[in-house]
Amino acid sequence: MRIAGKGLIDTSKTVSFSFDGRRIEGAEGDTVTSALLANDIRLVARSFKYHRPRGILTAGSEEPNALVTTGSGAGAEPNVRATMVEIHEGLEVKSQNRWPSLGFDVLSVNDLAAPFFGAGFYYKTFMWPGALWEKLYEPLIRRAAGLGALSGDNNEDRYERAYAFCDLLVIGAGPAGLMAALTAARAGADVILADEDSRMGGRLLAECEEIDGKPGHIWAAEAVAELAGMENVRLMPRTTVTGAYDQGTYGALERVGLHKAADGHLPRECFWRIVARRSILAAGALERPIAFPDNDRPGIMNAGAVRAYLNRWGVAAGKRVAVYGNNDGAHQTARDLMDAGVEVAAVIDSRKDASVALDAPVITGGRVIATSGRLGLEEITVATGSGQERLKVDCLAVSGGWNPTVHLACHMNGRPVWDEAIQSFVPKAGMIPGMEAAGAANGVFSTAGCLADGAKAGEAAAADLGKKASKTKMPKASDSAYRLEPLWVVEGKGRQWLDFQNDVTVKDVRLAAKENYRSVEHMKRYTTQGMAPDQGKNSNVGALAVLADATGRGIPETGTTTYRPPFVPVSIAAMGAGAQGKGFAPQRFTTSHAASVERGAPMIEAGMWYRPSYFPRPGEKTWRQACDREVTMVREAVGICDVSTLGKIDVQGPDAAAFLDFVYTNTMSTLPVGKVRYGLMLREDGHVMDDGTCARFGEGHFVITTTTAAAALVMRHLEFVAQGLRPDLDVQLVSVTEQWAQFGVVGPKSRDLLNDLLDAPISDETLPYMGHQAAQVMGVRGRLFRISFSGEHAYELAVPARFGEALYRVLVARAEMLGGGAYGMEALNVLRIEKGHITHAEIHGRTTAFDIGFDKMISRKKDCVGQKMAAREGMVEESREQLVGLKPVGAVKQLTAGAHIFVEDAQAKRENDQGYVTSVCYSPTVQSFLGLGFLKNGRARYGERVRLVDHLRGVEAVCEVVNPVFFDPEGGRLRG
Amino acid sequence: MANLVARTACEGFLPVTIGSVSLSEVVIEKMASVAPFKGKEGAVSTALKEACDIAFPAPNRTTSKGGARAIWAGQGRANVIGCDLPDLAGLAAVTDQADGVAAVKIEGDAAEAVLARLVPLDLRAASFKRGHTARSLVNHMTASITRLGPKSFEVMVMRSMAQTLVHELTEAAEGVAARG
Repeated sequence: MRIAGKGLIDTSKTVSFSFDGRRIEGAEGDTVTSALLANDIRLVARSFKYHRPRGILTAGSEEPNALVTTGSGAGAEPNVRATMVEIHEGLEVKSQNRWPSLGFDVLSVNDLAAPFFGAGFYYKTFMWPGALWEKLYEPLIRRAAGLGALSGDNNEDRYERAYAFCDLLVIGAGPAGLMAALTAARAGADVILADEDSRMGGRLLAECEEIDGKPGHIWAAEAVAELAGMENVRLMPRTTVTGAYDQGTYGALERVGLHKAADGHLPRECFWRIVARRSILAAGALERPIAFPDNDRPGIMNAGAVRAYLNRWGVAAGKRVAVYGNNDGAHQTARDLMDAGVEVAAVIDSRKDASVALDAPVITGGRVIATSGRLGLEEITVATGSGQERLKVDCLAVSGGWNPTVHLACHMNGRPVWDEAIQSFVPKAGMIPGMEAAGAANGVFSTAGCLADGAKAGEAAAADLGKKASKTKMPKASDSAYRLEPLWVVEGKGRQWLDFQNDVTVKDVRLAAKENYRSVEHMKRYTTQGMAPDQGKNSNVGALAVLADATGRGIPETGTTTYRPPFVPVSIAAMGAGAQGKGFAPQRFTTSHAASVERGAPMIEAGMWYRPSYFPRPGEKTWRQACDREVTMVREAVGICDVSTLGKIDVQGPDAAAFLDFVYTNTMSTLPVGKVRYGLMLREDGHVMDDGTCARFGEGHFVITTTTAAAALVMRHLEFVAQGLRPDLDVQLVSVTEQWAQFGVVGPKSRDLLNDLLDAPISDETLPYMGHQAAQVMGVRGRLFRISFSGEHAYELAVPARFGEALYRVLVARAEMLGGGAYGMEALNVLRIEKGHITHAEIHGRTTAFDIGFDKMISRKKDCVGQKMAAREGMVEESREQLVGLKPVGAVKQLTAGAHIFVEDAQAKRENDQGYVTSVCYSPTVQSFLGLGFLKNGRARYGERVRLVDHLRGVEAVCEVVNPVFFDPEGGRLRG
Repeated sequence: MANLVARTACEGFLPVTIGSVSLSEVVIEKMASVAPFKGKEGAVSTALKEACDIAFPAPNRTTSKGGARAIWAGQGRANVIGCDLPDLAGLAAVTDQADGVAAVKIEGDAAEAVLARLVPLDLRAASFKRGHTARSLVNHMTASITRLGPKSFEVMVMRSMAQTLVHELTEAAEGVAARG
């Protein structure tokens, strides 16, 4: 019910939204809960386990009951605390965990069976038969219990991640936080003030109090305005600091666009990493409920929340309200309500000696022992000491005291200390390096005390930062004492709820103790109290008190459980913002990319590079047709292939040759200038890491190549060797992969093609196989290497990348004139398999030089990385699986990589496994399927027939074991 | 014979202006990585000073004079831009890098805010001053980031990642602009 003239929002501006399809009208500045209460809607949710009707308990992010789903479709967001959702036109809100409707929920039968469903029920009941757990019990339980669900669709909404840095992070903008920020900012510190509310001011917006003779919210607004005007202050409203981490790093979640309809590029949320030299925790305190029987009905609310709805949003949470508390603070709720003209049925103070100066019926020493009302509170029963009294009320405002919001202070595993006076935990110094608590978070509960504590913390932080704060003039405010007498549990018929979000009762905690889960951590796990998004914001201290009582220990002795980050739920979308779609990984494009795409080549990812798979021509219906043509074209004419993606590393220095001798198995120091040598690198464990070429440009200057996939790996390895293993060598390594666009010009007509473009023609004499030289191509200075991966007479021509696209287009056009053209990765793969050349399909990390037949490439005349380990027993045994060629016998439809090899007539089972297939292709040159694989003692088994079985795909083939070089084993074509 | 036509790394997708920031390509004609050999740091710096009037930069710093600049580029190396290097044979490893990078200038009131979405560094003017440089990340890409002025930065990534760089900067700038 909205009370005219109350509240800080403009109720003349109507905003409508929908709740379970029903149109609800609220006012600008309303949250979903304030708007629902204004419309007298109390039933908002069904509870997690028992599907109990639940309403609204709080007015903040600690809300355990009013969890809803907002939005619809892919962007629908479940388990949102309705207290934190600001309404806007078109907002859709749905209740959760109910079917078919919130008012009539079939699964509320769970509640009738509640006597069986206590803590540990699942553990005890669904023990056997074991197989049924995964198949039956768990799916059923998960369906029955739980909250909202994700859509399962890809959410295209924008989210954001960002970094911020400051001298001082002030967490919370209530009286303490505002004073702290003002004090430190006036001293010149770079301050970030973060508050999770849409409006800064904290409890000053929820209470009727005066500061310096003006309403508290006006004082707050003036403080915020002063801060907003300072260049060294960044205000971050709608931002919840979610976690405290090492080195002064804090996580924070900002609701950027959630309070508006989706709006173009505006992010929904932003996940901040804030690095602060100092921080002040001024996060306030959370009111705690009292565990009396049936204390969970809609309409039973925290007293401070009832005041907040009244004073900030002008909403009375009920028409006839009772107030129940164990402290003086609760009386204010009755006072505010009566001032607003709301009927207060009774003020029940559990303290016998409480003095209540109120013009309302007062029951001192009273206890609420029962409540009724199926979907909302209708009546309470009060034990008055002399008897029982029944009161018809639709709202009960409850206060069991306040708990300082110590969560962030505990995120690095520090434990808070018990404060007897306030019957709660407070942070102690040093729990988070650089963090100090102030105000209610520090156990200071009067407004004047909070202002002073905030100013003190601000001054201390400024001093720590080397800034001098001028004397702060303290604003005048009330300094009323906070008197309370502990009241945790009220006995009676009916369940006393402790953790509303996880449906944990006093009985559950006592049962845990009885079953010997006496440690607080064990109790937590046995009952689920304080778990999940809630992290025990409302229930931790109450549950501890019950456990302490049940185990005969004090509360401080019982201790607290771990408060884990995040303080409030953080959407994965925000944490992973920018990392989906194109943001998932950088895309690397070659200079020839556009030209390849123009020719219709499907691009495939290789590492992060995009490379053409094949170049379809008119009439070609399958990739195989294009691939076969491209292979034949290379073997008979000339093909062009962009090989820029191979890693290129410039190695220079007086000790460059010695360094390369150390990282390669073979010797590079003997390589003449102008020559290229194939090289093999081992890991320190003796297995093959990578292969490539090494070209010598000068006495102390080499350029080596790596495979595309291992470019970064090799660079990292070389850096490690240079810095860690051989710091004695004077050598410098620089990646030049990106500097040069490099193209393979491959096939019998390759030299003819090049000689048309080079300023100085080449011949076998000027550039023999495995030679290289500087080359001037169409006016551009480049590098020309005579090397071959295909077994053909071939070159690689490199030019600075800016000329890459132009050169590629010229090369392809020239090749086409000669009956050739561009070829892609598929043809490249076929060409190398025909020649038995390895790729990372073969050097996959578990093979040795011996396995691939390169044992002799490990020079014994020098040391190299991996040499000793490669000579270990077992690394060079004949029985190891060795590289072989596989050629089908008879008609075969296909060979598959991944198939396992068996003796022809042996049963295809693990015990008989003889090896596996790594690469396959159809070779138009040999006119057969070809395979490369590893076979036990393979090199001695040429001529033997083996069976290839791919259990996964259900493919079988009989093959002959052959030398892996299928084509031109003498290498005559290479030399042209 | 016709000459080969050169293309810059960001040709075709820059410049753009989004909200209060503009992104434009920094075209680098000449750039070489200079990595002094052991004990030759002083000699290299002296040679650079004589030839280009700039010293070899300290870690996380740049030096510049006229059109010549040197940007620290990691342990024991710098990228020298816009000048003809002296003969450093025997003193340093010198490699051409002008074609190896995509360099983008990001300029405008929101430049710092845009980079705060992508770069995990404290780029506030008080801690990252004009001429300061860092090797860091732009989202998932390794990058060189240099402050050019009160509201402008230069970001360099590998040339092949030019499109991703523009994509990341654009998306971040759109998000910042949408906040108004």
